[in-house]
Amino acid sequence: MGMTMAEKVLARTSASAAVAAGDFVTAKVDRVMCHEAFVLCAMKLMGLGVDRLFDSERVIVILDHYFPAPTEQMARAHSLARDFAERFGIRHFLGHAGICHQVLTERGHILPGQLVLGTDSHSTTSGALGAAGAGIGITEMAYVLATGELWFQVPPTIRFVLEGRLGPGLMSKDVALMLAGTHGTEVAQYRSIEFAGGVADHLSVASRMTMANMGIELGAKFAMFAADEVTRRYLSPLTDGDLEPFGPDADARYEAVHTLDVSALEPQIACPHNPGNVKPASALGDVRVQQAFLGSCTNARLEDFAVAAQILKGRSVHAGTRLLVTPASQAVYLEATKAGYTQTLLEAGAAITASGCGACPGGHSGVVGPGEVCLSSTNRNFRGRMGSQDSEVYLGSPASVVAAAVAGHIVDPREFWTGNV
Amino acid sequence: MNTVIRGRVWKFGDNIDTDVMAPWNTLSQTWEERRSTVLATRPDFAAGAQPGDIVVAGRNWGCGSSREHAAENLKLLGLGAVVAESFGRIYFRNCIAIAFPNMVCPGIQAACEDGDQVEVDIDSGVVRNLTRGSQLQATPYTADMLAIVAAGGLLEVLKKRLAEARA
Repeated sequence: MGMTMAEKVLARTSASAAVAAGDFVTAKVDRVMCHEAFVLCAMKLMGLGVDRLFDSERVIVILDHYFPAPTEQMARAHSLARDFAERFGIRHFLGHAGICHQVLTERGHILPGQLVLGTDSHSTTSGALGAAGAGIGITEMAYVLATGELWFQVPPTIRFVLEGRLGPGLMSKDVALMLAGTHGTEVAQYRSIEFAGGVADHLSVASRMTMANMGIELGAKFAMFAADEVTRRYLSPLTDGDLEPFGPDADARYEAVHTLDVSALEPQIACPHNPGNVKPASALGDVRVQQAFLGSCTNARLEDFAVAAQILKGRSVHAGTRLLVTPASQAVYLEATKAGYTQTLLEAGAAITASGCGACPGGHSGVVGPGEVCLSSTNRNFRGRMGSQDSEVYLGSPASVVAAAVAGHIVDPREFWTGNV
Repeated sequence: MNTVIRGRVWKFGDNIDTDVMAPWNTLSQTWEERRSTVLATRPDFAAGAQPGDIVVAGRNWGCGSSREHAAENLKLLGLGAVVAESFGRIYFRNCIAIAFPNMVCPGIQAACEDGDQVEVDIDSGVVRNLTRGSQLQATPYTADMLAIVAAGGLLEVLKKRLAEARA
């Protein structure tokens, strides 16, 4: 019997010839990512007298959730993180490079077939490159940092076969939101996802990252794309290693296979207060937006800037709306600047911040006030997620966010779409 | 550890997320500072929860973030267990890692009301509603999960492992 991508990764990392859904394994981790939670993990380890990590070369510490430090307390936490990283001999310490999932990917830390664990639920993002990425808490991370391994139950896999062709103005975010809306936010609970089909095959790595990222909003343990020629082209400048294709066996066993044609898909919006409360943008009526946010690990990559610039060229942000833009990484920021996109955004009235998690979890740089509505390119719209318990967050694609910033209310972004980017 | 937990029910609905259990702006606060913010969408809960009380919830309890504060806050409130139709998987793992019993129990939401006395057997997964005289079977922990919970959590497992390596 063949294996799914998740089964292949967990078989290799547990030194098993084969594993099947339901098996328990102890797997050796290929890459470990900690954000600011590293401080809490390190304190637990020091309390246990652990003075060295399983392999500090495989550990990457990225400060993003509270960057730039919004309070003195967080500034101290960042200093502690730096001190602990030095003490444990962690060479890959990135204090101001951008959001962890983007930075890991663009710096070549993630390779197809790897098992990647991070102290962040959106660690599923690594699945865009064919890696098995999952988020864990600080206790499990402390255990991983000390031992390099962790227990797993091999998940059953659900395969989404995406057929047809995305229409103009439609983005992979719309597909992810549609899946949450039609299949629910638990469709992949305790399970792994494989995205496949002609649409998946033609998505860029950046667009795949958006969908793999949103995998956790479908409940998934891993959310993976096969590593193909698109992956190879993305990774070849970033690594010296061999890049073999990585995918499931042809006779792999799936718990379910959902084949969907996305050709007729309309831009999708998740309404408060759940990512699964999804409607077409055209069906929303007059929802006024005080804050439009283009940012987070879900979107705000170079191709998203291109879309934003295309919509904003020659237009202005609505007087009743603020458009906040937080690039997914400082490298993205630089590329977007070289391409002229940031100038277009600034001329239209956008405010651009340094890269970091910022407004997405309601931390800083764009906290939403009581009674306010935010349309956001992020991943979650739980009550109070971006600030006040009395605010409302809607989720949409970068195109939807920027179009709403111009209109002052949620609109079908195709009204502003003038052609291919 | 005590494998039979008996307590009073606090009932919650579906999709209760980690942001509500542990709001972002409380993550660096002390327990005393953040205690009143835990599940504040139900205002009587944090102030009224007594040690040993049991949360009964619907689907997808603990969906969302990997922040361990969500699990830790409920443990610090003194809750004996959470019994739900299903869980967000990172939250569920975090609870195993800190030895806070959580059980998947289909049908539990319809079987309990606020204030019922419920008994949960962590070993067998049997859940009894003592007020109504009914009984349900939760999905028991597998041997691997139970071993971590019984040891007092993953750090206790690690402590033992480190001691063996040093010996």
